[in-house]
Amino acid sequence: MIDIIIGLLCTIGAIAILIAAVGILRMPDFYLRLSVTVKAATLGGGLLLLSAAFYFPEEVSVTTKALAIIFFLVLTAPVAAHLIARTAYLINTDQWKGTIQDDLAGMYDKETHELDSGEEGNK
Amino acid sequence: MTLDSYIDYVILPILAVSLLLVFIRLFKGPTIVDRVIALDLLITIGISVITVYSISTGKSTFIDVAMILALIAFLGTIAFSYYIEKRGRK
Repeated sequence: MIDIIIGLLCTIGAIAILIAAVGILRMPDFYLRLSVTVKAATLGGGLLLLSAAFYFPEEVSVTTKALAIIFFLVLTAPVAAHLIARTAYLINTDQWKGTIQDDLAGMYDKETHELDSGEEGNK
Repeated sequence: MTLDSYIDYVILPILAVSLLLVFIRLFKGPTIVDRVIALDLLITIGISVITVYSISTGKSTFIDVAMILALIAFLGTIAFSYYIEKRGRK
């Protein structure tokens, strides 16, 4: 029974990681690649670590470590993705020609790299 | 089919194919930020491979390596984004 659960978790996790890998190869520009990979890879890695936590049930330390890695991945992956996306926008990485809306256009100060909220004109 | 052989013959090959696809993007990557996220994804898949390998061999010690790798991946991406922003060009 526990083997079936572990196999199921492993399968879903591996397929999520495969989807992330295909996405990073096939998507047309950087922002779409980032949006595909971070979420799918975090889900896949989390599920595989969860299956490791199920596989070593008599060792509490392994379960704790696996859950700590999941917590750390969920905590840090969005932060890293946000920072690298901000950097990519600031150095003017090309956007896909099918992009129809860019809400950040003109909002970043070119010199100080500060983000304008767009509400100062109303005051 | 036991769990060990299922992991050896199905899960690990899927992860290996994923690593290969990400490597293609790491070499092609038109801009440097593409390469940074490819490296980040490569390390995340590496964590998964280490975890699956520790299930397959029954040795739980490898999980420690995965923890350190997760830390290094985060710090690497942060450092890359900081210095690419300082450099200010593609």
